[in-house]
Amino acid sequence: MKTDWTRKDLTGLQDLSAGEITLLLETAAAFKDVGTREIKKVPALRGKTLVNFFVEPSTRTRVSFELAAHRLSADVINMSASNSSLTKGETLKDTALNLQALHADMIVLRHASAGASQFLAERLEASVINAGDGAHEHPTQALLDTFTVCEKLGRTGGDLSGVHVAIIGDILFSRVARSNIHALTKLGAKVTLVGPSTLVPREFEQLGCTVTHELEPILPEVDVVNLLRIQHERQRKEYFPSLGEYTALFGLTKARAAKLKPGALIMHPGPINRGVEIDSDVADSERSVILDQVTNGLAVRMAVLYLCAGVQGRRQSP
Amino acid sequence: MNEPKSPSPSSPQPTAAPPADATVVLDSDALSRCLKRIAHEIIERNPDLSRVALVGIPLRGVHIAQRLADFIEQVEKVRVFAGVVDVSMHRDDLNRRRVPPRVERTLLPDQLDDKTIVLIDDVLFSGRTCRAAMETISTYGRPKRIQYAVLIDRGHRELPIRADYVGKNLPTSLAQKVHVRFAATDGISDSVWISQNA
Repeated sequence: MKTDWTRKDLTGLQDLSAGEITLLLETAAAFKDVGTREIKKVPALRGKTLVNFFVEPSTRTRVSFELAAHRLSADVINMSASNSSLTKGETLKDTALNLQALHADMIVLRHASAGASQFLAERLEASVINAGDGAHEHPTQALLDTFTVCEKLGRTGGDLSGVHVAIIGDILFSRVARSNIHALTKLGAKVTLVGPSTLVPREFEQLGCTVTHELEPILPEVDVVNLLRIQHERQRKEYFPSLGEYTALFGLTKARAAKLKPGALIMHPGPINRGVEIDSDVADSERSVILDQVTNGLAVRMAVLYLCAGVQGRRQSP
Repeated sequence: MNEPKSPSPSSPQPTAAPPADATVVLDSDALSRCLKRIAHEIIERNPDLSRVALVGIPLRGVHIAQRLADFIEQVEKVRVFAGVVDVSMHRDDLNRRRVPPRVERTLLPDQLDDKTIVLIDDVLFSGRTCRAAMETISTYGRPKRIQYAVLIDRGHRELPIRADYVGKNLPTSLAQKVHVRFAATDGISDSVWISQNA
């Protein structure tokens, strides 16, 4: 049975069914070729207004959403924390209600607090798209990662059974990791989390993945390695002795990359810390699909905006 | 000429059989004869088939395009391009739908400039789908000409659009519904039905 899209918001992947994730990925595949047309623009969201509301800094996600909205013919307003009245003490809800009073149809929110986009989604008629909320979820990043895995490994129909993905690095603070775990496990992939025990606690096994603190033994087994950035800004105390020690144990060096299967994919959500989680040579190697991820992110975000705009104004059933 | 790629199997919807009060307008044989005639008309009107691309509108237009390409190949021993044009991003009723329409991948020839595109759909009604399809194609390039083939023309146009090739003209009232079914897309034998919309 084919799934219909009935959600006005995308706040996370945890509550989505495998069918809904597959629909998003298939829609993204159709939108991907808009970028190859002579006229790279379709009128699907003509007359809609999208607000990019980024309370936390971001370049690639914001630009990707902005370009996706432009390609769909929506009007875009960019707001960041520093130029919004949040600095004057206005609450998030009041700011959002003001945006809605100006007839904004969609709000793309990045916020430092987990659950911020869910909070707004429940209070606004406008569609709310989560562009990262604290260490909770970053659904469009995980969708573009999953899209890239499906595309590069030739998987269709949202079936990733038998695919083994290793997510390496700062899992504890990573919204990208959480969203990826939900998406990948729902589609049947095997997920192994790798990193120091301080950043990859055993509790993550409850999400249906395997946890290990040693990188080298699993390298020959995996089809995909997804390297996460060490998030200096989210770490208030030391979770590992030094960046040098992290690289020595968990960095994807040239020597380690040679142990991967011949067709294995190397992914990174960016921005890359060259020489920390990944060697410069490896990041630029043939197996690296880091720039494909960026291209696919545009298609995925177009799909998300198109689908959520399509059910606007009608609250999703709980 | 491009090697015709087979379009991705566009989602066969588990569509229910037509309602109980529906009557058959075309059975499998009659429908097949209609398509054969259209194939011959396309050959007659387009002497250079290497510059013709049959482009179906999902869901069932894609299947009809394949069938027409098969018939043309049987007669002329040339395989014409059979592709897909998805119109959902260009529809004028996106805001009025309950759920967003499913988007399929568009598959057109790499070069449109010297091509005759034959747009193909199952039922011609308001003409709005055809307008959306023409607009979609124009974002990919500028074909030499666009022709329009439909299996059923049921009347009630809302735009100044007419088909170049018609399988069957079927006078209807607005209250009636036309159902086209194909074994390949619907799992029941090829047929066209008409019913009163309850």
